[in-house]
Amino acid sequence: MNLGLSILSLARFQFAMTTVFHFFFVPLSIGLAFVVAIMETNYVIKKDVMYKHMAQFWGRIFLLSFAVGVVTGIIQEFQFGMNWSDYSRFMGDIFGAPLAIEALVAFFMESTFIGLWMFGWDRFNAGIHCAFIWLTSIGTMISAMWILAANSFMQNPVGFMINAKTGRAQMTSFSAVIKNPQLWYELPHVLFGAFVTGSFVVAGMAAFALLKKRNVQFFRKSLKVSLIVGLLATIGVVGMGDLQTRYIIKEQPMKFAATEGLYKDSGSPAAWSVIESMDTKNHKSNWSIDVPYVLDILSYHKLSGNVKGQNTLNKELHAKYDKKFCKDMNYYVPAKTLFWSFRVMAISGGLFALIAIVGLIFNRASSDLIIRQRWFLWVLGICTFLPFAANTAGWFITELGRYPWVVYGLLTIADAVSPNVSVASLLISNIVYFCLFSGLGVVMIVLSRRALHHGPDDLLQATDDAPYDPYGKGAFSHE
Amino acid sequence: MSNLQFLWFVLVGVLFSGFFFLEGFDFGVGMTIKSLAQTRQERDVVIHTIGPHWDANEVWLITAGGAMFASFPMWYASLFSGFYLILLLILVALIMRGVSFEFRSRMESESGRNFWEWAAALGSFFAAFLFGMMFTAMVKGMPINANGDMTAHFTDYVNLFSIVGGVAVTLLCYLHGLNFIRLKTTGTLRARALQWAKPLYWVLFAGEVVFAILLFFNTDFFTKKPVSTTILVVALVVLTVLATWGVYGNHEWLSFISSGLSLIDVVVLLFNGLFPRVMVANNAANSILIKNASNSPYTLHLMTVISLSVLPIMLIYFIWSYWVFYKRLAS
Repeated sequence: MNLGLSILSLARFQFAMTTVFHFFFVPLSIGLAFVVAIMETNYVIKKDVMYKHMAQFWGRIFLLSFAVGVVTGIIQEFQFGMNWSDYSRFMGDIFGAPLAIEALVAFFMESTFIGLWMFGWDRFNAGIHCAFIWLTSIGTMISAMWILAANSFMQNPVGFMINAKTGRAQMTSFSAVIKNPQLWYELPHVLFGAFVTGSFVVAGMAAFALLKKRNVQFFRKSLKVSLIVGLLATIGVVGMGDLQTRYIIKEQPMKFAATEGLYKDSGSPAAWSVIESMDTKNHKSNWSIDVPYVLDILSYHKLSGNVKGQNTLNKELHAKYDKKFCKDMNYYVPAKTLFWSFRVMAISGGLFALIAIVGLIFNRASSDLIIRQRWFLWVLGICTFLPFAANTAGWFITELGRYPWVVYGLLTIADAVSPNVSVASLLISNIVYFCLFSGLGVVMIVLSRRALHHGPDDLLQATDDAPYDPYGKGAFSHE
Repeated sequence: MSNLQFLWFVLVGVLFSGFFFLEGFDFGVGMTIKSLAQTRQERDVVIHTIGPHWDANEVWLITAGGAMFASFPMWYASLFSGFYLILLLILVALIMRGVSFEFRSRMESESGRNFWEWAAALGSFFAAFLFGMMFTAMVKGMPINANGDMTAHFTDYVNLFSIVGGVAVTLLCYLHGLNFIRLKTTGTLRARALQWAKPLYWVLFAGEVVFAILLFFNTDFFTKKPVSTTILVVALVVLTVLATWGVYGNHEWLSFISSGLSLIDVVVLLFNGLFPRVMVANNAANSILIKNASNSPYTLHLMTVISLSVLPIMLIYFIWSYWVFYKRLAS
């Protein structure tokens, strides 16, 4: 049976599918842990029990997200060995270390303290209990740091040499791997993006609840916290995105040229294409709507300067790598995907900032605009889903923009795939994961909706009792 | 083989030992959801015995995998790509089981709860069985080429030896789970777990004898390392005797520690037999050796420093969380 499928295309599809699905829940969990931690901190400081109920209520969504994030994360770790064994052999000396440290430092921390947080409401005083969610939150951020350290090496290899005897990459400086500038542009951008995700999911779900005018006070308070976090995080994510963009122009110019749909050099001053129709086969732009100067502002924060196009960069890359890799390498990246992904990301960023500001104004204590302006609640509700699109778009740019390499300039994607895995095996695993993810995604959405539908009533009524705690007083019979 | 390479071979073994000791009773408890526990309230209780811990216990597996990648990437690459379909099924089992506890608690209908209870029970069963099967097949010897790529056929990893290995590990986990429930509950569940353990220990004895015989015929353990292999096999039986004594004399801690140590003994038995290899090939020349499979001394040294400085802190809060929830649940 020949379906025209290669192990390479199947393994790439699987990596995209599993990573995108996993990365729905990663930023959601990081963001929700952070928002919940802020809510519980408010409870500890202000002694306002509503904040405790908020932490518990939104904590339910966090726990759902965390569960799916954990199990889909195991696939990620196994996948390098299963589908990309030659990558693992080539990169093991550098890539394995951050992965192992991530497990040892971050995973143990988050999984232990989330258990204490879930089951510890009755057993610890408010301050210590609050520390558990902060430790969980910090654990999720440390985890992001280590996995992005690994990813950053793939984008911008530093602190290594190629062992002449084995042909494998070998770490020569751990501190260089950690100090990789790529990491310190990528990490804050990802973390702020996660905070945006967590806060806009809370805000959007609160908006749906406010449309039904239920538990108005509870959800307005949730909205306030989430939109403040959301606004600050949006400023952060856009600011870091800007720094990262200007870094990428220097380090991976092809990626940048593609996100701007630039085939020929821009000349100075450089105009920015808002939308563009491109001919990826013949490497040229058909037509575009341009705004003068904006590309220079984006690229250099100046009003002049040339930005190199993909055609020029392709020649430069051939000149640089033709000795090491074969001459018919294709250095063009999937330009259309990158171009539109960048616009999804940029537009989302602008929308988030605008919506957060309007929302905070509508929601101020002296006004009930937020309840009366139902159109705005709908907009906010739709924003529940937007961060996921923005996150995915960001990773499309980062990962597809590295084409044709899996490790920039060192190892091609084609050389990284497991040579011993059959098309059938990969096809089966793709189908299995696809079905599994569809099922998990549906259950996740249904359960989140259900949690919202039931609202926090059970928490508000039982003001004295924490949720059922099997380890709480009275549940035990001591011997 | 350098000292660091030896140390990391041992450390990977330690991490897998920790995984089987801890996740062993999680798997066992998971299986009891649809066997030992008979009412909804009893199922709530058995799930709550592992509720705060199972996730952190599973991190031992993630860490073992990560440590293998960070120390012996050749081993990691060959093992994971070679046992592709078994690992795919293990992943499915771990995923279904991993979400089941949280999802079950949100179900409002009996059928919804029932679905996720089966997901937890079957996920635990298959994870334990398939891990047992994979590690048994691994020491038997597999078709591996000079590049370290393993291309095994169905019968290479599904055969009498590997199935017995899978069953033995499953049974060990199940009994370990029963012993954990005896320690963590009171009332009917505690009494029933004791009752169920009694006949199962006799099945386990029979299984261990069969496994030892098959080990003799299917591996080079007894020819290459007759003394240590025999000691470890005897130790397995002795630990089972102690656990059985703990069952019949109703010494709960003795049973639990013995069943946990038997799982560790199995890991040590396999790692001892592997040494100085990490993957056994049918064609001995292609077996992957510790000395060739590891990362550079720089990385191994780095990982040693980091692990040894982080591990004590991690162990403190890990153990503390058990101490916090060290109380029996009423059934």
